[in-house]
Amino acid sequence: MAGNGMTRRGVLRSGAGVIAAGATGLSAPMVHAQGTGGRLAVGFWDHWVPTGNEATRQIVNAWAQANRVDVQMDFITSTGNKLLLTIAAEAQARQGHDIIAMATWLVSEHARMLEPVDDVMGRLIGRYGAVNPASEYLGKTGGRWAAVPATSGSQYKGAATRMDLMKQHAGIDVQAMYPAETRLGPGADTWTWENFLTAADKCNKAGVPFALPCGTFSDAVDWVGAVWRCYGAEMVDARGNTTLRNNDKARQVMDYFARLFQHIPNEMFAADDATNNRALISGRTALIFNPPSAWAVAKRDALQVAEQTWHHPSPMGPAGHFVPHLNFFWGIWNFSRAKSAAKGLLEHLSQREQVAKMVEASDGYDIPPFASLTDLDTWSTVGPPRGTVFNYPVKPHHNATPYIAISPAPPEIAVQIYNQGLQTKMIARMVQNKEPVDRVFAWAERELEGFRR
Amino acid sequence: MADGSAIAAGRVPATAGQPRTGTLKRMARRRSTLAFLMALPLLAVIAGLVIYPFFYAIELSMLNKRMTRFVGIDNFTFLLGRETFQLVIFQSVLFAVTAVIAKALIGFVLAHVLHALPAKGQRKWRGMLLVPWVIPPAVSTLAWWWLFDPSYSAFNWMLAVFGAGPVPWLGDAGWARFAVILVNTWYGAPFFMIMYLAALKSVPDQLYEAAAIDGATGIQKLRYVTLPMMRNIISITVLFSLIVTFANFDIVRILTNGGPQDRTHLFGTYAFQVGIQSGDIPLGAAVSLFMFPLLAVFAVLILRGVNQRTKEGL
Repeated sequence: MAGNGMTRRGVLRSGAGVIAAGATGLSAPMVHAQGTGGRLAVGFWDHWVPTGNEATRQIVNAWAQANRVDVQMDFITSTGNKLLLTIAAEAQARQGHDIIAMATWLVSEHARMLEPVDDVMGRLIGRYGAVNPASEYLGKTGGRWAAVPATSGSQYKGAATRMDLMKQHAGIDVQAMYPAETRLGPGADTWTWENFLTAADKCNKAGVPFALPCGTFSDAVDWVGAVWRCYGAEMVDARGNTTLRNNDKARQVMDYFARLFQHIPNEMFAADDATNNRALISGRTALIFNPPSAWAVAKRDALQVAEQTWHHPSPMGPAGHFVPHLNFFWGIWNFSRAKSAAKGLLEHLSQREQVAKMVEASDGYDIPPFASLTDLDTWSTVGPPRGTVFNYPVKPHHNATPYIAISPAPPEIAVQIYNQGLQTKMIARMVQNKEPVDRVFAWAERELEGFRR
Repeated sequence: MADGSAIAAGRVPATAGQPRTGTLKRMARRRSTLAFLMALPLLAVIAGLVIYPFFYAIELSMLNKRMTRFVGIDNFTFLLGRETFQLVIFQSVLFAVTAVIAKALIGFVLAHVLHALPAKGQRKWRGMLLVPWVIPPAVSTLAWWWLFDPSYSAFNWMLAVFGAGPVPWLGDAGWARFAVILVNTWYGAPFFMIMYLAALKSVPDQLYEAAAIDGATGIQKLRYVTLPMMRNIISITVLFSLIVTFANFDIVRILTNGGPQDRTHLFGTYAFQVGIQSGDIPLGAAVSLFMFPLLAVFAVLILRGVNQRTKEGL
């Protein structure tokens, strides 16, 4: 944000910093002489887990001290869209923070105003391996990395299941299927959306229906989008063409939703992102799709519920196993005057040691973009029950793919489909209004035509 | 001022500065200048927060999605052809007109009830009835949301006590529209009440006494004395409320987020969804500007009536 005016003292101090860093054996990429002694303003996402911010603050302060950079941190809440509005205002004003946290689609939306970070990502990928496909789809624009996938705030929305209720009413032992070990248990290969529907029916009849939202909030859009992908159905292809007409896979997935929503309470069409959490915490549901935030609240307010909650991937479909993923990124505005220091900080934040601290502080909520970093101890030790979040991150042995709803459609179209909840509205029209699928598809096509303008 | 300075300069060239100071002093002493200076901070605020954003919104609405090219009225014509936007226009009119009528009726009744109360009790009731209007709407709407909550609705719990089934307050299009209108009415009715109460207090008692002598009934007094005396205040209040209700954002945003199936979206919420959330700021600006011609029509009609009555009164 602020300029890093060079003074005689500043230059001397910068030189001293670089020499000192070299002498003490600090890793080279962390130290950037251009930014040393400068100022850096960072807008982080205000973490829902209270201790999440503190870990980030400590990491950044330690880095700032080592690199002699004056870092100003703001933790901006996403509640009430404050972070979204801050980003929009800074983009319009072309001033503000140097680094800003951005969720999902905002990277492609503001890519023209973001400093490319191919150099940072090149080094990180070289060190930790490939980034998950959802992060790559959202973080790259025109083949270039526009932002660095962030650990803080990134989350999966796999299943948070009440083990006892699922076993009692549907006869499915999710803990056995997905044990807290790097292997799949018996029955994991039968964890399909069709068997899920049978379980939904049984749990609904038992009075603990699955709390699956179908409004326009992200919890709803994310899981519905993953089901579409698991059936190999897409509304818009990677080139931006509408693919609904004569699309058997789309019909198949809509038929599935028609059958599934016979066992889901009607109130879920009005649900927001907190409705499913409350359903789990109050013991009124056997399953939700959510990160461990609902479980964390239950641990504080309803321990008996938390003790019976087990996190594991969402089911697989005929076209593959795709788990809903919602990503955060750290972008550097191109109007920043401290780009070099900003890159240094982002690279530092993405190192294994810092990622481990963030994951630990968030009780396992935060998800790094690299599959090679999903072996951290925190996910094995957090409880009760111990190991409940072991299978929360998608791990190599799950043979699943992290997925952001609506991909691979071009992001400028996908963002509109996502934020306006087109897929969930299609389900609502079919289930609530009892409209024939053809009419629903025709309506969706007209909407898509507008999104492609 | 220029002429005055020139004359002064011609007469006394050696002391050219003094007459100018004198002119400034005279100007400063003028009541109109003083009034302008005192209003200047407010004018600056209006210019910065109303006039500039308005023209900026017009500029934005005429750009393409990436804000790199002038597209004229393309955004407006595009919107008018969209099914969802046509729904938004219908809903905004339905929401504003229904809510304003409900608020006006309730406010009118409450004002009369309060006016009939003895002065001592009236103050207490007036304070209590104003409570909905003084609570920040975002906070009170959250409380309403808990009452309508899809899973734990307090209203449904009460209905269950009487053996009735649950109502999908926010999940069904009809009920959701009813819910947002109800909350807006609850929030805005006290404004009408206090305005009407002030108008009622300004009606001279002699008019009622004269009507009573002529044998007028209560309804006749209302029709031939009260309403004509209140017509201007009713018109102005309705206009103010229409403007505010059309531009409503928080109630719909918190209660329904425009759902179910876009059936409760208003201009404000739809503009936010399209402009900020979906990254199409020019289209969002165009959505919000659609309020302007609609409100301008209402304003012209209402203010013309007020002007006519004022002239007749003079």
